[in-house]
Amino acid sequence: MSHAGVNASDHRNDWLFKMLVAALAWSAFALLLGAALTMAWGGREVFARFGFGFVTGQVWDPVMGEYGALAAIYGTLVTSAIALLLAVPIGFGIALFLTELAPSWIRAWVGTAIELLAGIPSIIYGMWGIFVLVPLLGEHVYPWIDGNLGTLPIIGPLFRGPPIGVGFLTAGVVLAIMVLPFITAIMRDVFLTVPQRLKESAYALGSTTFEVVWDIVLPYTRGAVVGGIFLGLGRALGETMAVTFVIGSTYQITAAMLEPGHSITAVIANEFAEADPGMHRSALVALGFVLFVVSFVVLLLAKLMLRKLNRDAGTL
Amino acid sequence: MNINHGLIRRRQIVNALAIALSSIATVIGLFFLFWILYTTFNRGIEAMSLNLFTMVTPPAGATEGGIANALVGSALMCGLALLVGAPCGIAAGIYLAEYAKLGKAGSIIRFVNDILLSAPSIVLGLFAFSVVTALGGGFSGWAGAFALMLIVLPVVVRTTDEMMRLQPKQLREASLSLGIPLWKVNTQILLRAALPGVTTGVLLALARISGETAPLLFTALGNSFFTLNMGEAMESVPTSIAKLAMNPDEFWNKLAWAAAFLMTSFVLLISVLARIILRTNKAAND
Repeated sequence: MSHAGVNASDHRNDWLFKMLVAALAWSAFALLLGAALTMAWGGREVFARFGFGFVTGQVWDPVMGEYGALAAIYGTLVTSAIALLLAVPIGFGIALFLTELAPSWIRAWVGTAIELLAGIPSIIYGMWGIFVLVPLLGEHVYPWIDGNLGTLPIIGPLFRGPPIGVGFLTAGVVLAIMVLPFITAIMRDVFLTVPQRLKESAYALGSTTFEVVWDIVLPYTRGAVVGGIFLGLGRALGETMAVTFVIGSTYQITAAMLEPGHSITAVIANEFAEADPGMHRSALVALGFVLFVVSFVVLLLAKLMLRKLNRDAGTL
Repeated sequence: MNINHGLIRRRQIVNALAIALSSIATVIGLFFLFWILYTTFNRGIEAMSLNLFTMVTPPAGATEGGIANALVGSALMCGLALLVGAPCGIAAGIYLAEYAKLGKAGSIIRFVNDILLSAPSIVLGLFAFSVVTALGGGFSGWAGAFALMLIVLPVVVRTTDEMMRLQPKQLREASLSLGIPLWKVNTQILLRAALPGVTTGVLLALARISGETAPLLFTALGNSFFTLNMGEAMESVPTSIAKLAMNPDEFWNKLAWAAAFLMTSFVLLISVLARIILRTNKAAND
């Protein structure tokens, strides 16, 4: 009988299939591990020579062989902070509008538009930044900010700088516009997970729309909202093109937000292709490793907080 | 009756204020986003010409030229990245959904995949560069395609995993009870049922890699000449935009906007297509 033969071949095929898909799945795992290890390995020369001083050193001078990443790290953190400062309240407002206020046809249209905009390549934001926003800010807005806000006590030093249009603030604004659709889409999805019954009960007790959002929706979704913000932060930290175009590519650490600066991604993007294969390239890979570690921690926190929600970056 | 009119009034004012602020936020947000789209379309359409598709990147100062080298390079590298990344991703997704639905192995791979999914793309580019140089290669189309493949993989793994798990349990049990071997159940029944969702995932991955600049900057590097040889440095649309936009040359900037317009339209088109496929399938299932 051929019966046994068919069963045996089925059995073998099942086993082969399982092994094949398992091998491919574990290779995804190997890739990430590989990525992290290659970064650390590639940066070994610099880590060995400068140690922790690599992260705290303020001078980055490839010609003199001096590599301190603090200015780049500072730029990355500051621009991301500005971006979140601007994008989170606006994203929250839009999400509130989309889930509680707008009529259903507006919800559908604006919701889809936001999701589509989240997929626009970041270099487009960078181009708009350098061709439209930089001249506008440099000629009209920054001179005013420098003259009026820059003279204020205490917060004044934050708002000083030359009217050239590029710098920390510009990069922060472009990043904010870039992460806005992303943060908005996540917040809206998070708000939609609140049971309708809960909200309707609150309305029935006479709550206003704002009270329902503030006292029912937000407490119910607090963790996931913070998780969504962290995902946005992860994007902002790792963004390259939108920042490289408008940050000004200058190594300096200053409180003045109108000054040009640098970021981890901009340094790598600007210098890597022309870097000599020795120390300089090693320093740039080490910089990539620092970015990788920082964004890993941020994503880890985001995942922990989004655990309840089944959806995050993947489906956008 | 003792109604505290002051309190009601205050609550109404706070509410009106919140509604106003939320509406203003929506207007501000949409204003900036559509401003960017408008600029891209406006300047892009202005710069449209047939030369875009037939000529290569001109030297600075020229008044004629196109981005044919970039279009071909992008098509080759994205195509290869999808060709390798999508089947591997689908297979890994099947593993997660079928063999590692629960348990430690599944959650570890899912977690690592999610990290890979949101890792900064420039870091993936550095990794691709390191691997390629370790293998004795240099700036080339292969390296670029490998970097893009690293971006395709996690997107496809995730969507396949999710879409396969969404299939009704009865479908799987009925097929197995008919004596169909498990690998056939997976590839010919469950995967087929999940195909619209999986296709959406592949399309979204394509949309994402066709706009990725950072990982290509130092893997494919860029090339002003037309080449079909993946072993050479290769231009792509996003890296050519970066080069053309960073230069003060006016004609270069015009080309950059034309390329940006083409790229944005392509990405939007793919995303809309992905949405339509998912939606029509959803309607058919209900």
